[in-house]
Amino acid sequence: MATEKVIKGYIERISGPLVVAKGMLGASMYDVVRIGELGLVGEIIELKEDAASIQAYEETSGLMPGEVVISTGAPLSVELGPGLIEHFYDGIQRPLNLIEEEAKSPFISRGINVPAIDREKKWTLESKVKPGDKVVPGDVIGTVQETVLVQHLIMVPFGVQGTVKEIKSGDFTVEETIAIVDDGKNKHDIRMLQKWPVRKARPVARRLPPVTPLTTGQRVVDAFFPIAMGGTACVPGPFGSGKTVIQHQLAKWAQAEIVVYVGCGERGNEMTDVLIEFPELEDPRSGQPLMKRTVLIANTSNMPVAAREASIYTAITMAEYYRDMGYSVALMADSTSRWAEALREMSGRLEEMPGEEGYPAYLGTRLASFYERAGRSICLGSEQREGSVSAIGAVSPPGGDLSEPVTQNTLRVTKVFWGLDANLAYQRHFPAINWLNSYSLYTEKLDEYWDEKFDDEWSNLRITAMTLLEEEDKLKEIVRLVGIDALSKDERMVMETAKSLREDFLHQNAFHEIDTYASMEKQFKMLRIIIRFHELGMDALNRGASMNEVFNLTVREKIARMRYSDEKDIDQIDLIEDEIKSEIGSTMPVGGDIDVA
Amino acid sequence: MLPKEYRTISDLSGPLLVVQKTKAVRYDELVEIELANGENRRGRVLEISSDQALVQVFEGTDSIDIQNTKIRFLGKVLELPVSRDMLGRVFNGRGAPMDGGSPVISEKKVDINGIPMNPYSRDFPSEFVQTGISTIDGMNPMVRGQKLPIFSGSGLPHNRMAAQIARQASVISGHEDFAVVFAAMGITFEEAFFFMEDFRKTGAIQRTVMFVNLADDPAIERITTPRLALTAAEYLAFEQDMHVVVILTDLTNYCEALREISAARKEVPGRRGYPGYLYTDLATMYERAGRLKGRKGSITQIPILTMPEDDKTHPIPDLTGYITEGQIILNRALHRKGIYPPVDVMPSLSRLKDKGIGKEKTREDHADLMNQLFAAYARGKEAKELAVILGEGALTEEDKAFAKFTDEFEDSYVRQGEYENRTIQETLELGWNLLTTIPVKELKRIRDAYLEKYLMPRLTKEETTEEAAVSE
Repeated sequence: MATEKVIKGYIERISGPLVVAKGMLGASMYDVVRIGELGLVGEIIELKEDAASIQAYEETSGLMPGEVVISTGAPLSVELGPGLIEHFYDGIQRPLNLIEEEAKSPFISRGINVPAIDREKKWTLESKVKPGDKVVPGDVIGTVQETVLVQHLIMVPFGVQGTVKEIKSGDFTVEETIAIVDDGKNKHDIRMLQKWPVRKARPVARRLPPVTPLTTGQRVVDAFFPIAMGGTACVPGPFGSGKTVIQHQLAKWAQAEIVVYVGCGERGNEMTDVLIEFPELEDPRSGQPLMKRTVLIANTSNMPVAAREASIYTAITMAEYYRDMGYSVALMADSTSRWAEALREMSGRLEEMPGEEGYPAYLGTRLASFYERAGRSICLGSEQREGSVSAIGAVSPPGGDLSEPVTQNTLRVTKVFWGLDANLAYQRHFPAINWLNSYSLYTEKLDEYWDEKFDDEWSNLRITAMTLLEEEDKLKEIVRLVGIDALSKDERMVMETAKSLREDFLHQNAFHEIDTYASMEKQFKMLRIIIRFHELGMDALNRGASMNEVFNLTVREKIARMRYSDEKDIDQIDLIEDEIKSEIGSTMPVGGDIDVA
Repeated sequence: MLPKEYRTISDLSGPLLVVQKTKAVRYDELVEIELANGENRRGRVLEISSDQALVQVFEGTDSIDIQNTKIRFLGKVLELPVSRDMLGRVFNGRGAPMDGGSPVISEKKVDINGIPMNPYSRDFPSEFVQTGISTIDGMNPMVRGQKLPIFSGSGLPHNRMAAQIARQASVISGHEDFAVVFAAMGITFEEAFFFMEDFRKTGAIQRTVMFVNLADDPAIERITTPRLALTAAEYLAFEQDMHVVVILTDLTNYCEALREISAARKEVPGRRGYPGYLYTDLATMYERAGRLKGRKGSITQIPILTMPEDDKTHPIPDLTGYITEGQIILNRALHRKGIYPPVDVMPSLSRLKDKGIGKEKTREDHADLMNQLFAAYARGKEAKELAVILGEGALTEEDKAFAKFTDEFEDSYVRQGEYENRTIQETLELGWNLLTTIPVKELKRIRDAYLEKYLMPRLTKEETTEEAAVSE
């Protein structure tokens, strides 16, 4: 509030990232504080009379009881405005490139204070309102071209409404006043820079259920376990099952307009990989570098544990900000388990009563309120823009055991489950998403969407393919017990097609320049050919063709190589159908339907 | 000014002691403990409040008494004096020389906890390291700056393999400055002796820095041993431009020591009694591998851990696997068959493999060939399992080909001599030779162009030799 008095306490106790300060009467929960001579950043997470428990976002080594702790009087907030895209932040929104400059070292030293958004850079503002216009929160007063791909809308901040008194156009820094709004009592200066507390969801006008697909170019995802725009998904899997590769693939190819990628307690090299790769990769839709629509946040596993906890919130707040402009935003968090572990560590140091496996009892609530910030909504403002935040969280269950608390609490709130399977990964079947236990609650809804696009064929193909895969699983059991010869012709055909589905459709090589991304059209055509092969093959077998001939058609090699056909040439895939027909025709026994096999 | 002396120990328990009435003590500060008999020990502040400090004693608390022991807070954290002269030397788990030599005259002293690398300043590891071991080079290629642990079990030859890697790890491109930093945590004298002898025999000792904490040394020192080693490695890599391979063995002992301290502090335990922060703690070590933009050197880590009961889901291998960039898993069944190195290629993985291989690095066909070998080996293993249940007769011709491939793969590709240093070319050729026994249409993971270029000549050659054999 408007108190001018600075709240100043002193350190009482230090235990790892937990600092207890006395003399903090008047400070509020979740206020940001500066600790000690170095001015380390921390956040109040518990108050007992005048003692505040603080989680420090930087390493506390060398601190001493008695050093001062000063409250900033504001909760942990992120800065919002033009200049976020293409940046690479740590968990509390400090740009890592500026940290490097400030520290003059490739190592992150402590107490560094750098602005999240460049204060010097001038942005060209094009005004969208006139003096005298009435505006409400969320109304666009001007636009700034942030990158080639992103037009940044400058919106009236939450809590401000009235008449525009003054509006400017031209080049401004984020801190300069660009408009004045008069609400009758007060005049509000509007700047491009806004702040928002990370732990509070940004408000929307109205929430809507997700109905349109968020395509990802990954066949197993789009065809079988799709996610909708504004939906939530989780990817649990043991280590080495390819969680991070999937997250990277989604960040690269998901059809979102903005991508926020947060590496939470994961490997440093992986983040570097993203940082090097994204500026070089091309967005398949716009032809521009992927980095032009991406914000990266990294709190690697060796960086302070409390900042890891904050990084998830920092990320989703930025995602919400772009949603408010009417964009579809995809948020990837890798991995939410590390975030939960950070919660557990702080909880342990606070000596709270532990819940399951030492995790705090509020783990479920925290996870749920995070995922609930995703969604499709009508944004604030008279324009009624529609935006969405889709949240995809990786989960790293210890020992790959899905019964552990983080996975279970996540499954309770997310609508899509991509279960990664270590056995598939060992066989180098990637993405190692197990098609038998994964699910998506958006499938039916999205079938409607695709059926309209693909002449009502889509859902039939999808269901047929899924049924074949399920049947294969049962038949495999029989083969294991009594051998393949025990199967009937029809069953052998099912096994063949399912194998083709697995190897030629579900398997996708993320590192192959073409196979890495498949458009929905391509997926549809591929799936149709495989199912046609099944139908025609089944028909031929029933009419007396030999299994050996049907299974060894030369056209099958073409089926296997459909995935490598360039997006430009996908119409070629349709031609395979005729080849199947003619080849199958030649397998038919001459002059009759006697089975020669 | 001499630091203030305290004689106010109030509690002693396990490796911990509590000092009362402290003033101006810093968190994480180094502590000197003078016993009644004049012996000096060291410790570090684990937790501190306004008038008491919790101290972890590195050498253990035996024969410390409450009345006569003096405590001095040294006002700094534990530091390691670093210098190029460390090469060729052996130190104990506290960083003191144990080879009878004089202390290292240092250029500077460095905090052993290190500072996290800025991910922005990292350079992505992409330079292939040739270890001379086919199962690593061919199937799970390692790159400079990677952390690739060996998951082993008691009685498996992980030490011999680590020594072989240290001996052979060279890069295709040349003869740059190269060093090995070796940290032993709680291993037996025999094992430590094996490494020392091996390094000595091959002359590698001149390029090696060793930090040794033996099984009968204080367990608490195991917490500092790997950090000393990594501090030395960082200095050599990023200030002396050397390519450093760090071998840490055995991480299991390290984690046990960590659990001991956690239990003494009466912390809420996570899985199997290990502290909840085990992941973070391990990460602060493993993440010290890597490369930095604008610096020549690199740190490649090969941590070794023995999985209790060969169980990969045990917290130590599990959390390690989540941090490191892959893992090499040794397999007891292969070991029993007498195959060295008993690397189980299926669950083994190098996450950075795609960055280090291909044209101009190893060879254009490397990735496809690797994927095909994996797939074929997996299929062959499946076929063999089937044969066990149903007998050979139940297999199709193709399955038989794959089963045969699997045996040959284990026998000639996985198996190699302890002193056999295969070049990557040899490894790749070996792979192609093995694939000749499989029907071409089954080789779906390889691009046509490579099949044409690498496989076809072999097939025609074989045909001609066969024909030749027939005509004879």
